[in-house]
Amino acid sequence: MQNNQPEIAIETKNLFIFYGSFAAVSEVNMKIEKQKITAIIGPSGCGKSTLLRAFNRMNDFVPSSYVTGEILLHGQNLYGKDIDPVEVRRKIGMVFQKPNPFPKSIYENITWGAKINGFKGNMDELVEQSLRGAALWDEVKDKLKKSAYELSGGQQQRLCIARTIAIQPDIILMDEPASALDPISTLRIEELMQELKQNYTIIIVTHNMQQAARVSDYTAMMMLEKDGSRSGTVIEFSETKRIFTNPKDKRTEDYVTGRFG
Amino acid sequence: MEKENFRPLDLRKKLRPGESIIQALLFIAGILSIFITVAIVYELGKEAWLFFGNPDVTFAKFFGTTTWQPGIGRFGIWPLVTSTLVTSFIAILVSLPLGLAAALFLSEYASPKARSALKPILEILAGIPTVVYGYFALLFMTPLLQKIFGEGVEVYNMASAGIVMGIMILPLISSMSEDALSAVPRALREGAYAMGATKFETSLQVVLPAALSGIGAAVIIGISRAVGETMIVAVAAGAGPNFTFNPFQAAETMTGHIARISGGDLSYNTIDYTSLFAIALMLFLVTLVLNLVSQTIINKFRQRYE
Repeated sequence: MQNNQPEIAIETKNLFIFYGSFAAVSEVNMKIEKQKITAIIGPSGCGKSTLLRAFNRMNDFVPSSYVTGEILLHGQNLYGKDIDPVEVRRKIGMVFQKPNPFPKSIYENITWGAKINGFKGNMDELVEQSLRGAALWDEVKDKLKKSAYELSGGQQQRLCIARTIAIQPDIILMDEPASALDPISTLRIEELMQELKQNYTIIIVTHNMQQAARVSDYTAMMMLEKDGSRSGTVIEFSETKRIFTNPKDKRTEDYVTGRFG
Repeated sequence: MEKENFRPLDLRKKLRPGESIIQALLFIAGILSIFITVAIVYELGKEAWLFFGNPDVTFAKFFGTTTWQPGIGRFGIWPLVTSTLVTSFIAILVSLPLGLAAALFLSEYASPKARSALKPILEILAGIPTVVYGYFALLFMTPLLQKIFGEGVEVYNMASAGIVMGIMILPLISSMSEDALSAVPRALREGAYAMGATKFETSLQVVLPAALSGIGAAVIIGISRAVGETMIVAVAAGAGPNFTFNPFQAAETMTGHIARISGGDLSYNTIDYTSLFAIALMLFLVTLVLNLVSQTIINKFRQRYE
């Protein structure tokens, strides 16, 4: 890597996300660095989740939604005409706010995604690797055939992370992955994120500013536009340290110091 | 303060007559359905008891022989049971795949507009009187089967009645299955899509198994409906007990037989009369067994979410 130029995993260019005629997110330009954790923070309803879901085209399921601008993964625009959203989601995995394991066994929760993605290797190995990768193996290795719903909420969420890494995406999106969990489970997920970052690029939406400060390398601060259009945008995006200690924007400072939001 | 004067502190139990009356009414409504079921079984059992009390009738004959002609002392129930099973099996064979496919389309694929157009049309099927279905089977389905399968298809046959019965229960299966599919949480679908699953993989491998218990309920009700259906089989399946598994032959079902015999002049306390109650009791038993079997199968394959 010459002159320490950071490697970019994914990049948005002049991105707008619309629901019908309403621009829920406006003019986002972000370069997200590879194998780093990028947090998206901001008050409720400012479009954090909408922005996150644009990265793996989950917004496609909202009938009236569309985007303008570009999201570039290795130079390919995810919203280009000949792009298959199914293929996009195989490269960009997602962990949701509420754990949503499939109503199948723990084992099948891991293998299902691999099967539909055409994985031909040793399933047992894949299951063990993925569960180890999600720091869950020791807790479940003796009950792989049991239903995933017998696990606790925190274990279920780690199972969801395990099934995501089983299909080996480039990027993992996390939509408030710990907000439905107790503090101990939250801590485990946060520790896990630090390990995952060795191999994956992570983008996380969080309500919890302390969490963003603890886990992320970069932070994007989102806020509704001042013009009263109810449209959200990224008002500041830089190193997390900087956002929390020396923000450029007054609104960011007010938000992170708890004076607002 | 003023507030305390308005409502002085009194935590003692109070009489609430409205609550008790409602509770009693609900209890009566619940007990009534049980009472009616018990009364029916009692009445069936009483007359069937007389039938089995007849010196000519033995359980060995009833379950061990295959000719049913009470008039000449033949009491083998099997021809009536097999034709009921054959027609019902054909009906489920038709309605389950079609109904499930329709339900999957309506809940997973159809746009809201298409759904609101299609559902009422499907539900019209449920409103057609069964006697109309009966003549549809006799005058449309049978000639069609004869055209496809040739001479072997008799004018009255179980296949045509079974297929049309399948069409009749199609809306029931599809609408109940659709409810079950729609009740599967969106989060499960999103989880599947986020793994790079296609719509088909998601619907078939995640949503469908999760909805299985609801779909199972639909199948059970469908089976009960098919086993108990009378008019279609009376018109189209044949008028005379016939022990056969060939769907292209005529054979009378339990319900068809009861309808035909009780429609004629029948005197009380004859063997013909009491035999009808034995058949009805058998019908009850068949439905019960089929329900238990389907319930067991469903429990084996169902996937619980939460």
